[in-house]
Amino acid sequence: MSLTNPQAPAAAGKRYFSSVARWGYGEIIFWAALLAIFFVPDANLPLFGQIVIWGLFAMSLDLLLGYRGIPSMGHAAFFGIGAYAAGYLGKFGWTEPISGLVFAMILAGIIGWLTGRLIQRVSGIALLMVTLGLNLILYDIVHRQSELTGGDDGLQGVVIAPVLGLFRFDIFGRTAYLYALAVTFVLFLVARALVKSPFGLALLGARENPRRMIMLGTPIERDVSAVFGIAAAMAGAAGALLTQTTQFVSPATLSFQRSADVLVILIIGGTGRLYGAFVGAFVFLFLRDWLAALSPVYWYFWIGFLLVIVVAFFRKGIVPSLETLARRVRRR
Amino acid sequence: MNNVASTQPVLETRDLHMAFGGLVVFERLNFALPRGERHAIIGPNGAGKTTFVSLVTGLLRPTAGDVLFNGAVITHTSPQQRVKAGIARTFQINSLFKALNPLASLVIALAEREGKGGVSLRAVARETELIEEASALLAKFGLADDALVVTETLPYGKQRLLEVVLALALRPQLLLLDEPAAGLSTEQGHELFRQLAILTGETTVLFIEHDMNLVFRYADRVSVFAAGALVVQDTPESVRNHARVREVYLGA
Repeated sequence: MSLTNPQAPAAAGKRYFSSVARWGYGEIIFWAALLAIFFVPDANLPLFGQIVIWGLFAMSLDLLLGYRGIPSMGHAAFFGIGAYAAGYLGKFGWTEPISGLVFAMILAGIIGWLTGRLIQRVSGIALLMVTLGLNLILYDIVHRQSELTGGDDGLQGVVIAPVLGLFRFDIFGRTAYLYALAVTFVLFLVARALVKSPFGLALLGARENPRRMIMLGTPIERDVSAVFGIAAAMAGAAGALLTQTTQFVSPATLSFQRSADVLVILIIGGTGRLYGAFVGAFVFLFLRDWLAALSPVYWYFWIGFLLVIVVAFFRKGIVPSLETLARRVRRR
Repeated sequence: MNNVASTQPVLETRDLHMAFGGLVVFERLNFALPRGERHAIIGPNGAGKTTFVSLVTGLLRPTAGDVLFNGAVITHTSPQQRVKAGIARTFQINSLFKALNPLASLVIALAEREGKGGVSLRAVARETELIEEASALLAKFGLADDALVVTETLPYGKQRLLEVVLALALRPQLLLLDEPAAGLSTEQGHELFRQLAILTGETTVLFIEHDMNLVFRYADRVSVFAAGALVVQDTPESVRNHARVREVYLGA
């Protein structure tokens, strides 16, 4: 009893925060399943590689939208920066993939941090417009500077050396899948630790009530640029992974379409969970693959349909709805 | 400096002028608050009480004049710098983290106070001192059993209490309470102030309150604001019997 034992409340609190940080069975199964796919004969590894990369990309947006409550309509800008950065390195002789990835992340992270500084004092609809505007500017630059970027044809002749000097990128996408999965897992661990730290709580606090955060002495503006930088670096990593695993960069990497797609993925999967991003990517890309085979032109009809259904009936997306369902079943 | 350290006011305003466009709230407000005092601000609606609190905390900037904290001019410092210097406040309308629980809310406050709120990969679970202190604070205010309940589902009175606990967690030198008992029943209001009187100890407390019973019972001294001016500043007894106060405020 809390009244009789002064240590009891603290113990309950510690138990609570430990349970928040602890790995659940669902999480372990999730990552084990992604690894197991590699060993399934005839698995469509290129598709699963895409799912992992889109999942990482959507997870980076989740840090902004789900945890800090900043909607971005231009998140593909950072994906594209990472994709082109890795592409240029590969094209001009720096073919080692891991250092290329790190460089792409740093570049995207710096630009994301600057973007965060720019939008610190903006909120709501204006925020959507500023992020969208930045994305459009970047897309147009890449489009016009076709001697530099290849324009619509994209960046050709990207060469990527074997991972760790050992694993060649093969035509079956086996190395590509494991490489993308390993990088994504490491970055997921970072994101997971971040959101479960006091900083993660401060992000939630600022999402819930920025005025109160100010009155607790929190530099909420500095936190915005920090989380923007981190999210952009992770989006850049996703872009770099796409470049390195396909050895090609298309201007579509930073198109507005991609910004909209990643938002759809995250909202279908559910925000503020990290896993929503991956589940959303799985649903989105599987449907796209399947529907594109059925009718190559009209598949966006069904994506739109799915979005309406999810938002109308599951409200918070797939993962949060499943969590609610699981809680109800357990209570019974 | 014409004050010696021991009598230096914690808070002081000098010729504070505040206008929103053409609407002048304060013409020339000179206010001083001695250390350790429990001081009430009363006055009719529109007297500028909440504006005054916002000027002290830095959410608003005055059009002219200065705010001094411990003798130093803080007029142009950010709200966050003022919090770090030792000024904390609560809001008239609950301003909490609705989707978080009280324990997590307090950990946010304590982590920031201890400079542990920046980018980190260290789990909250490993900050055991923060969790212990947060739990102890909640227990002190009788919120131990509500520590893990989502804040927005708590009864109003407990949310009101949490509002105060969050501010006290910062260990402020000056605590500003904007109508802490607003929306509480008479008994709840008295209970809140009784707890505050015990738990604030040496902290200087400045509170806005409409309930005159609470004011006269818990304030060491009272300031009466009316139409953007400090009408009188005195003990509850004198204020109660002050002719001008009866005229401008009590309407008798």
